[in-house]
Amino acid sequence: MTTPFREILKRKDFVVTAEAAPVKGSSVSKTVEHITLLKDKVDGLNVTDNQSSVMRYPSLGICLLIKEHGGEPVLQVTCRDRNRLAIQADLLFAYSRGINNVVCLTGDSVDVGDHKEAKQVFDLDSVQLIHLVHTLNSGKDMAGNELDGGVDFCIGTTATPSADPLEPQLIKVEKKLKAGVSFIQTQAVYEFDELKRFTEFVRNIDEKVKILAGIVPVISAKMAAYMNDNVPGIFIPQHLIDELAQAPKGTGIAKGIEIAARMIRQVKEEEVCDGVHIMFIGREERVPEILEAAGLL
Amino acid sequence: MIIAERKPMEEIKQAMAPYKKVLVAGCGTCVTVCWVGGEKEVEILASQLRLARSAEGNEIVTLEATVERQCEKEMVTELKDKVAEVEAVLSLACGAGVQTMAELFEDKPIFPAVNTTFIGMPEKEGLWVEMCGACGDCFLDRTGGICPIVRCAKGLLNGPCGGTRKGGKCEIDPEKDCAWVLIYRRLEKQGRLDLMREYNPPKNFRAVKRPGRIQAVKI
Repeated sequence: MTTPFREILKRKDFVVTAEAAPVKGSSVSKTVEHITLLKDKVDGLNVTDNQSSVMRYPSLGICLLIKEHGGEPVLQVTCRDRNRLAIQADLLFAYSRGINNVVCLTGDSVDVGDHKEAKQVFDLDSVQLIHLVHTLNSGKDMAGNELDGGVDFCIGTTATPSADPLEPQLIKVEKKLKAGVSFIQTQAVYEFDELKRFTEFVRNIDEKVKILAGIVPVISAKMAAYMNDNVPGIFIPQHLIDELAQAPKGTGIAKGIEIAARMIRQVKEEEVCDGVHIMFIGREERVPEILEAAGLL
Repeated sequence: MIIAERKPMEEIKQAMAPYKKVLVAGCGTCVTVCWVGGEKEVEILASQLRLARSAEGNEIVTLEATVERQCEKEMVTELKDKVAEVEAVLSLACGAGVQTMAELFEDKPIFPAVNTTFIGMPEKEGLWVEMCGACGDCFLDRTGGICPIVRCAKGLLNGPCGGTRKGGKCEIDPEKDCAWVLIYRRLEKQGRLDLMREYNPPKNFRAVKRPGRIQAVKI
């Protein structure tokens, strides 16, 4: 995984990224195991930024570890915890240490996390953040000052193809595309038709942007119901919940892997988009099984 | 108008514990309209306080007064004689009113009996909703008259976040509408959706130099 992600996006027909979720605490040994296991099996490793507004080891820190272990890190930056000064400073640091890929996203509200009384920032939104990275790429900061040593980030973002109503979401996607992104990693999608509809919309505006479908394996009907109620932007359809409910006891993970692999195969075979982004939160060590079942190893 | 909520009785009781004679002071403007700090609420709070103290065998004397606007020194000055009679003042005005009182009567401890919460309007009887963040840089003309600064839980300026719930409800509360879905529907109705497609650059959060201070300009 030593090829820069920007090159991978240009060259590869089917791009695969996965998520390395930071730990709660300073013990990174398990994360290092995940990095070592995955770095040569995927094209980029995303690191979440206080995911679900739960305070964790920083995205930047895990990205450095990925870099040190020979992987290609994709730094996720949300607008929730830092103002424009802090975001720019972090990006300068990231670039100086070889972290060249950034995913710009809004970030969940602090209300869904574990520090509910925190002051959330949102000095910028995700569209403005994309513009900000372009500004840094041009050699200047947001205030128009010249940078002593510039940056050249490969910029990505996220989108929710299952949003309801969809139209306001698509207007925002259009703004992100116009701001300029090289790739989109979608929120988890479970309905193939929703993904298809989304990629058609994007293709009409931007033919070059790479779309990676978000894959979040669900391992039980209970987890699916919980996610539907508690994870913003996730909509798991009833037929999948039923399928999970019918799986024999003790086979939930295998079933979740099977469903995820089925979706990935369909995405690849029907060439509906350019790759997948696998988020097997808390079970990163089982990502290779998904890749294998999907015929990607 | 300014919306407030009354503090829990326990907190008010605790604050009043050292005193035997207090003035319960209301305000006749915003907090009267939102049912927390007008003449009626002053009367209720004073009697609740007297009853609670009486039950503890520790009587308290309450004076009551409501001025038209507690945020105006001239009007608060009317309370001079009453304030002189008491050990402390319990104000049911917004934070501006409490501070006006505190500034005029520097030697008296002033206690807020309400929590000032937001600038809003009544959506229906007894239900108030936040409408304005006093950002000092109004752009309601671009958003169909719906303010995303305060009506979007994240104050986003370029459309909804990815967490919008089914049916266009907010990520953090299924009871609340996603402001950007409301904006979309309003602009669509007006045939002005192009406005939503335009990029809104980062906001100037220094449009109001805090602490705010404005000198009137003669027109």
